[in-house]
Amino acid sequence: MDCSHVFEFKVKRLIVVFTLFLAFFSVTPAAFAQVDTAQVTEGSHAQPAAEKKFDIGKFALHHIADSHSWHVIGHTYIDLPVILYTKAGVVNFSSADFTTLEDGKVVRDDEAKVVVERKGQRFVKMHEKIYYASDVANEHGQFVNLDEKHHATNARPLDLSITKNVVTLFISIIILLVVFLNVAKGYRTNKGKSPKGIQSWMEPIILFVRDDIAIPNLGHKYERFMPYLLTVFFFIWFNNMLGLVPFLPGGANLTGNIAVTMILALATFCLTVFNGNKYYWKHIFMPDVPWWMYIVMVPVELFGIFTKPIALMIRLFANITAGHILVLSLICLVFVFNSLYIAPISIAFAVFIGGIELLVAFIQAFIFTILSALFIGMAIEDHH
Amino acid sequence: MELLLPEFGLVIFQSIAFLLLMFLLAKFAWKPILAAIKEREKSIDEALSKAELAKQEMARLTSQNEELMKSARAERDLILKEAKMLKDSIINEAKTSAQTEGAKLIEKAKIEIENSKKAALAELKHQVSSLSLDIAERVLRNQLQDKATQQDLVANLLKDVELN
Repeated sequence: MDCSHVFEFKVKRLIVVFTLFLAFFSVTPAAFAQVDTAQVTEGSHAQPAAEKKFDIGKFALHHIADSHSWHVIGHTYIDLPVILYTKAGVVNFSSADFTTLEDGKVVRDDEAKVVVERKGQRFVKMHEKIYYASDVANEHGQFVNLDEKHHATNARPLDLSITKNVVTLFISIIILLVVFLNVAKGYRTNKGKSPKGIQSWMEPIILFVRDDIAIPNLGHKYERFMPYLLTVFFFIWFNNMLGLVPFLPGGANLTGNIAVTMILALATFCLTVFNGNKYYWKHIFMPDVPWWMYIVMVPVELFGIFTKPIALMIRLFANITAGHILVLSLICLVFVFNSLYIAPISIAFAVFIGGIELLVAFIQAFIFTILSALFIGMAIEDHH
Repeated sequence: MELLLPEFGLVIFQSIAFLLLMFLLAKFAWKPILAAIKEREKSIDEALSKAELAKQEMARLTSQNEELMKSARAERDLILKEAKMLKDSIINEAKTSAQTEGAKLIEKAKIEIENSKKAALAELKHQVSSLSLDIAERVLRNQLQDKATQQDLVANLLKDVELN
């Protein structure tokens, strides 16, 4: 695999190195955070007093995960609809139903303690996932069976709910459509003239995608793949930036969600496989090596078809998730040290990392797009 | 690990939404935008190449003008030179012709003078002869009375009249 022309420019190489460094640096807390969650949850069951201690990992993971309600500020939530495809057909209700009133205060349940009954079926919500409720509660009042890692083992209905990420997905699509239909309108009204307004903001980036991503990797056949590359670039970039906005309509971790990156990577995979020409497949099944090397080469090449999009999927997911965890962790330093005096430091760091994240938002979109173009380019290359 | 497991609902929504987005943007945004950019680039390229052509044309015209100027100047010089030569030759010719003409006139005048002189001499001779005849007649009339004196007189007269 010849990737050398990806790193054609010094600047690009610098950016790539920097991003990889950042990814490494920021994935580590994520790994630690997960270990923390498990330990602290375990601990909290043994000794309830430990619950008072602030758990940074649990907090961060809660914030980057998908959710059935949208936390606006304080005790204000937007409850999103729950849509389930169950054995008894489609069931829908508001996620506000997973609440109880305790001493006149609304308590939101995320520990499978509140059962919602619809169409003769009982549902509980635990860690923002919906399960079929058990018949009886366990010793903690939870209507689920837990394994030794405290994960619910109950069956789950097919969850087609409009979650926080789905809402963000819709919002981002509306933003993208509004922006680019306006840009397209600009080309109609300023026909043959210099770009104006939002058109002049977007044109350099569209040209960047065309001239620095598509044409160097795809050659003269670039035009066929431009709609995909442009859409994927702007979708990732806009959503990365939307994820950095800490309040409505941002704040969701859409491009840091494995389902989203999986679909994007799958699109690149499909384009690569369906557009692959005879040279590409020959390179995989009949590489130019002695026949006895085929035992090694063919499985490796076949494996490579799948590892490339999987790497795309993991890279975007890990970078964006890690960025979110990093910013959240820095903000949480105040609670970890339990002192307001730490706030200036934590804000200064968060602003610094936020600035870097803004850069990463663009770079990740760029890397995903250029690698997609590269993989497609390798599949459609004419001669060998 | 939960983070690494894709949720089915989001997978469905994402695939539908992304495909829809790509379709809409491709049809209503990317196609017209890329076409417009391409068209504009083409027109800019054309304008630039036209400008380049115009520049070349301009340079060509300038050099042509220069050439023309140069040749015109050379021609003018040539004409002037020729004119000068012509003038000189005319003057020279005039001079020589004037000279020859003058010489001719002088020659003619000389011949005329000679002729006049000859005529005058002839006239003179005629006059002298008539005069001498007259004289001789008178002398003869006078002297014929005395033969000797007559003869002396004739002799003396003839002695006096010398033909010059």
